[in-house]
Amino acid sequence: MEFLQPSDWQDALAAKAAFPDAVPVRGGTDVMVEMNFDRGRPAALLDLSHVKELGEWGRDDTDDTCVRIGAGVTYTRVLRELGTTVPGLAQAARTVGSPQIRNRGTIGGNLGAASPAGDCHPVLLAADAVYEVESAARGVRRIGADEFYLGPKRNSLDADELIRAIVVRATDTGQQFAKIGTRNAMVIAACSFAVAINREVRSVRTGIGSAGPTPLRAPEAETYLTDMMTQGELWEGGRLPDADVLKRFGDLVAGAARPIDDVRATAAYRRHSLRVMARRTATWALRQSC
Amino acid sequence: MRLECTVNDEARSLDGVWEGESLLYVLRERLGLPGSKNACEQGECGSCSVYVDGILACSCLVSAGQVHGARVITVEGLAEGDELHPIQRAFVEAGAVQCGFCTPGFVMVTHDLLAREASPTEPEIREALAGNLCRCTGYQKIVDAVQLAAKMLEEE
Repeated sequence: MEFLQPSDWQDALAAKAAFPDAVPVRGGTDVMVEMNFDRGRPAALLDLSHVKELGEWGRDDTDDTCVRIGAGVTYTRVLRELGTTVPGLAQAARTVGSPQIRNRGTIGGNLGAASPAGDCHPVLLAADAVYEVESAARGVRRIGADEFYLGPKRNSLDADELIRAIVVRATDTGQQFAKIGTRNAMVIAACSFAVAINREVRSVRTGIGSAGPTPLRAPEAETYLTDMMTQGELWEGGRLPDADVLKRFGDLVAGAARPIDDVRATAAYRRHSLRVMARRTATWALRQSC
Repeated sequence: MRLECTVNDEARSLDGVWEGESLLYVLRERLGLPGSKNACEQGECGSCSVYVDGILACSCLVSAGQVHGARVITVEGLAEGDELHPIQRAFVEAGAVQCGFCTPGFVMVTHDLLAREASPTEPEIREALAGNLCRCTGYQKIVDAVQLAAKMLEEE
């Protein structure tokens, strides 16, 4: 097994171009489990620990309403540093694993693994995030979260590309995330849900986790709640939609899921809990931004 | 590879290390430091918790190649000679040790918590300890030990 240890981003891209089969690793919270259990021994490991750029975040150069967060930023840092910048992501980060796992696991690792149960995905879908990827040969490419997920543990990265950063609108309100599992800590989601309500541009976006082959949105639910907000003249705040509107929103979210029965939950339970989580999170997000 | 790193403030150099083996394996099998326990090897149990460059991590999920040049502190590095660290004393005094297998991990995570928060509330303690499993105590004595340790450190 080759062990590649680039010292900066350009070296990392060159290494990935030379060894397209190399598995990128930083926190190791997914990759090392596979290695420890001998489930997969990659031809090469590409250790990105020393690529400083990946651990930085700040305002996006091309759009100063957005933040650009390096793929190597850990969950611990997200929840400590970004709680009032990308609150939904900070909430999701708080539910990942344990302190030890959050200290090492990164956003980029979550995207690279592209598990349907990954906690970042619903939030980033709802927040309309863009993923910045790069290759030595073709330079930078920005992929919308909507286009990124192709199937279970499959994403739209090319073999010579690495995930550089995520770019997402900065806001301190309107985002909520909820997750169901057997206990509060150390849990892989049985299912999860995120909502982002933006009163400025009058949009509602959603993200469903662990209830389909990929993270999903619930387009009908989004359109329905957007229309109801407009019809009820609720965008300016002050009032919440009627309870039956929020209930209907939950029903539409449940209907958009494509869950299966597996070890973590039945499909029926996933739909039920999505219905409840969608109603609750939308209520919290609306109340918070009211 | 030749692995060079600092473990418990001692410079170590090891030949013939495979980059993909875990730091836990390096500590236990190559350096003879069995304090960090090998249980789940997937980050579920916390019993192999160590500091890597000051950040608490499951050593089973850190590869040997990643710690080249790093500073590692294990549970063996907390006591001063034969003098137990106050956190270790607190675990003994509170009766937080039964079979003892999980204890090093709990001691490390307590050390990390109390460095950040000198007098944590019980919910803060339970959240900080959420990544460590104990199959004997039912956790209450461990929570007691953390509270006692906080008090002992405060009085020192």
